[in-house]
Amino acid sequence: MNVNYMYSLLAVVVLFLLSYLGVKAVGLEILFGILFPYLALITFIGGVIYRVMDWAKSYVPFCIPTTCGQQQSLPWITPNKIDNPFTPGATVVRMFLEVVFFRSLFRNTRNAIREGKLTHEWEIWLWLAALAFHYSFLTVIIRHIRLFTEPVPFVVQLIETVDSFFRFEVLTDVVQFGLPAVFMSGLVLLAAVTFLFVRRILAPHVRYISLAADYFPLILIFGIAFSGIFMRYVSKVNIKAAKELTMGLVTLHPTIPEGIAPIFYVHLFFVSVLLAYFPFSKLMHMAGIFLSPTRNLPANTRAKRHINPWNYPVEVHTYEEYEDEFREKMIEAGLPVEKE
Amino acid sequence: MSDLPKPNEFIDRIDRSIPRTGWMDTPIDIRKGMYCYAANPKSVEYVHLPNAHAWNPVEDDWHLPENWKEIIHEGFKTRLERFRSFKVFMDICVRCGACADKCHFFIGTGDPKNMPVLRAELLRSVYRNDYTTAGKILGKIAGARPLTMDVLKEWWYYFFQCTECRRCSVFCPYGIDTAEITIMGRELLNLLGLNIDWVATPVANCYRTGNHLGIQPHAYRDMLDFFVDDIEEITSVRCEPNYNQKGADILFITPSGDVFADPGTYTCMGYLMLFKFLKEKYGLSITWSTYASEGGNFGFFTSHETMKRLNSKMYAEAKRLGVKWILGGECGHMWRVINQYMDTMNGPADFLEVPVNPITGTRFENAKSTKMVHIMEFTADLIKHGKLDLDISRNDNLKITFHDSCNPARGMGLLDEPRYVIQNVARHFYDMPANTIREQTFCCGSGAGLNAGENMELRLAGGLPRSMAVKHVHDKYDVNTLATICAIDRAALPTLMDYYLPDVRVTGVTELVANALIMPGEGERTTNLRGEPLPGMEEEEE
Amino acid sequence: MDFKQLLQKHKRAILNQWFDLLAESYPSDTATFIKSQKDPFHNPVGDAARKGLEAIYDGIVESADPETFTAFLDPIIRIRAIQNFSPAQAVSFILQLKPLLQHHFEKDLTDSRLHREYDQVATRIDNLCLLAFNLYMQCRETLYQIQADEIRNRTFKVLKRSGLLTDVDDPVGSIPS
Repeated sequence: MNVNYMYSLLAVVVLFLLSYLGVKAVGLEILFGILFPYLALITFIGGVIYRVMDWAKSYVPFCIPTTCGQQQSLPWITPNKIDNPFTPGATVVRMFLEVVFFRSLFRNTRNAIREGKLTHEWEIWLWLAALAFHYSFLTVIIRHIRLFTEPVPFVVQLIETVDSFFRFEVLTDVVQFGLPAVFMSGLVLLAAVTFLFVRRILAPHVRYISLAADYFPLILIFGIAFSGIFMRYVSKVNIKAAKELTMGLVTLHPTIPEGIAPIFYVHLFFVSVLLAYFPFSKLMHMAGIFLSPTRNLPANTRAKRHINPWNYPVEVHTYEEYEDEFREKMIEAGLPVEKE
Repeated sequence: MSDLPKPNEFIDRIDRSIPRTGWMDTPIDIRKGMYCYAANPKSVEYVHLPNAHAWNPVEDDWHLPENWKEIIHEGFKTRLERFRSFKVFMDICVRCGACADKCHFFIGTGDPKNMPVLRAELLRSVYRNDYTTAGKILGKIAGARPLTMDVLKEWWYYFFQCTECRRCSVFCPYGIDTAEITIMGRELLNLLGLNIDWVATPVANCYRTGNHLGIQPHAYRDMLDFFVDDIEEITSVRCEPNYNQKGADILFITPSGDVFADPGTYTCMGYLMLFKFLKEKYGLSITWSTYASEGGNFGFFTSHETMKRLNSKMYAEAKRLGVKWILGGECGHMWRVINQYMDTMNGPADFLEVPVNPITGTRFENAKSTKMVHIMEFTADLIKHGKLDLDISRNDNLKITFHDSCNPARGMGLLDEPRYVIQNVARHFYDMPANTIREQTFCCGSGAGLNAGENMELRLAGGLPRSMAVKHVHDKYDVNTLATICAIDRAALPTLMDYYLPDVRVTGVTELVANALIMPGEGERTTNLRGEPLPGMEEEEE
Repeated sequence: MDFKQLLQKHKRAILNQWFDLLAESYPSDTATFIKSQKDPFHNPVGDAARKGLEAIYDGIVESADPETFTAFLDPIIRIRAIQNFSPAQAVSFILQLKPLLQHHFEKDLTDSRLHREYDQVATRIDNLCLLAFNLYMQCRETLYQIQADEIRNRTFKVLKRSGLLTDVDDPVGSIPS
């Protein structure tokens, strides 16, 4: 029995109960609506800066890019400029493709489709799900800028328009029923996060390597997405009051307006937990990818010397010592020597 | 009678015996055929590496110093500070599983701990326990575990089941490179004197005599003289090389394995012939060195420091001899060291010139700082400019495929040069399937010092994916020759072929070049370098 | 319907089960990987088994000659001979076919005519297992042989050159007179 995901699930359930009951039964709105978000944000910013500085503090003694294509050598051989970047510019392109399109992960997918046939059921979807997950998450975050700005920037409105794929309203004299615009990103996020979780549990080799720290963020993000969607389409949280709260946070005049359902505080608490958890977890891969020495360095080591800041002198076996040991034999064999 | 299991029960029992436990709880079983013998303490002592002592992997007590945990802890910390690669790779893995089935050892052995991600987790689990807040508080839930003797043994067993081939790194979305992890793991083990003999003894030999086998200078010359005689028999041309010659144009360094063991010896004969050809026709003088007589660097499989110590001979000898630049022979990890480490460690090589091929005028801009050129770049350039006289029909009986060696492929990107050379010295060339070559090439299974005899089962398992790809072109195109540009490959692949595909032979690319090369003043050649009749010469032989 | 026809009719189902049994001789997490990965180079174990078992099954039904069996059995055994298996474990998957058939045709085998035919098939399976064991031993012998050859090849030239070995074509020279 793999207890790792049970622990993670349990942790998220406890977080839910804490915030839900905390607000509903004990009335700790100030704690969950103001204090925790501030603390989480401080932890997030401070933590991320600390971690990145900590990585940056470590040296890069050698230039060790993984070369994934033909090197630049003779002028008539076509080099693979992206996968074996010779210049800093090409390295930036490689990094860009890596960060934006998950190029290395895509290699996996390309392998999974051979001769037009699907050969590895899980891997083909990994790249797609990973892309869907990260981009829908990004879209969701951008959409939420609406809650922290007044007036709402045009870009955010534009993204909302693109993102909302249909509007369903029944407006007659008798019945007035309608859904707010459905945002694709939220649903995609929920679907992608579910896939990634199911893959972790069902694909045997992935389950074998998974830790609680792998399930926890997935379940937490599922909780965030689910509570968000629930608020928007089902329980219809008082959006005006919610914005009053978030604007209060961002303008440093925090208030707790009346009429916000506990589910909002659950949502906010989940987000706070995610933010605070971020710097201490594998989620730091977001920043780490930029510092990965096998990807962010140009493959021109024979043309340009890389400096190792801690390069120290070492004990070597010199030619003189070598000749001293073997001089007679060398002379006998007709090999030239320094000292006859 | 009733005590005996029924036959079916018996089978069930033996085949379902593996318990379903998490990897942290699966105890290590150091199995014969999978591990290499412990380092000879004399070898460790000779190069002054710490804690040289006699020990046996299968015994309980490894005779470690009392403060071994402290040594590892300190060593770990130092390396986290010195290597950003190590620190970042400890932190950012998301365990997506993309690397899991990319490792030839996982594919071949079926041992889940050979998945690259788990190999790294062996170190990460201890890292979390010792250096992260979450690990210290949450322990096992956060994937942390304390360093124990069992964990250390697991490190040793699995870091010597990795050939540092970097294949997993190609597929990792963050570029996490298991070679880096294994290098660090081995460095830590070396702090306790826990090397394998197949690495430690070559390191000591190389340090002292300049080559892995410990061959002394006069014997080294003897070996090359032996080839000169052989070549004369075949071509009636004497290809005497220069040794330790001051003022030569170029210093040539190649792995010593090719001087001592078949079929690398034929590649070595190829070098001698090529250099003789260039000397006769174009007056180019190339010298060999008995001091820097080893291209391969087993220090790379020990620690960064040991690598630097062994590598220092290359520049030192080039400086002493006053050559213009260095030419490097066919070798795998040697080229990773030269391409990505040498200049940084032992440079700048400001006493050398930017390599220019005096015959073609080509300036090797890509090697202008390190000043060392690969023999395939050099030969391809010569062929492109029509400077070699070739009779490619002499290789007509060969149906050739090319095995990209891991390090030139993923630590350099030398992919098209050898293919260009092969296709210009032979007519029949067939590449293996796309996901088994170039940057996705499968390892021979014997790199990074694992080419010992006692771990044969591991090597054959690790070489399984490569063999199956060769089998594919063997069945499809009748391929009978596996060409490669690595001395370890030339030592390891014949064994692999003997087991899986006995009618495929292994050759170095320069051997193919030499077979096709028309030497000035040569007699009628009836055999190739191996003494086998050339195509069309079968009858004359008899 | 005779037993041969039964075997042909249920071929797919039995083969799948047989393949799964073979895959499950590996650690469970590896087993599922062997079952699911279809790329032959990333899953040579599964590939050899998938191709081999079907041919062997057909061979059992048709009573094929040992050469045919060897051709398909060899790739499977060759891999298992170097993996983490005892000799018995390495070849046991063949005998597993018998309980598989017994279970699958439990009802049919109450018919004494079919049961007699089954016995013949069972004998073929036993023989196949013996054949597999021969192959296993050949592989192990090859393994030891190449181990010995390697050691010899590594130093042969050096020893010969240093005068420690003498060519056999000059036996007189090596005998002190």
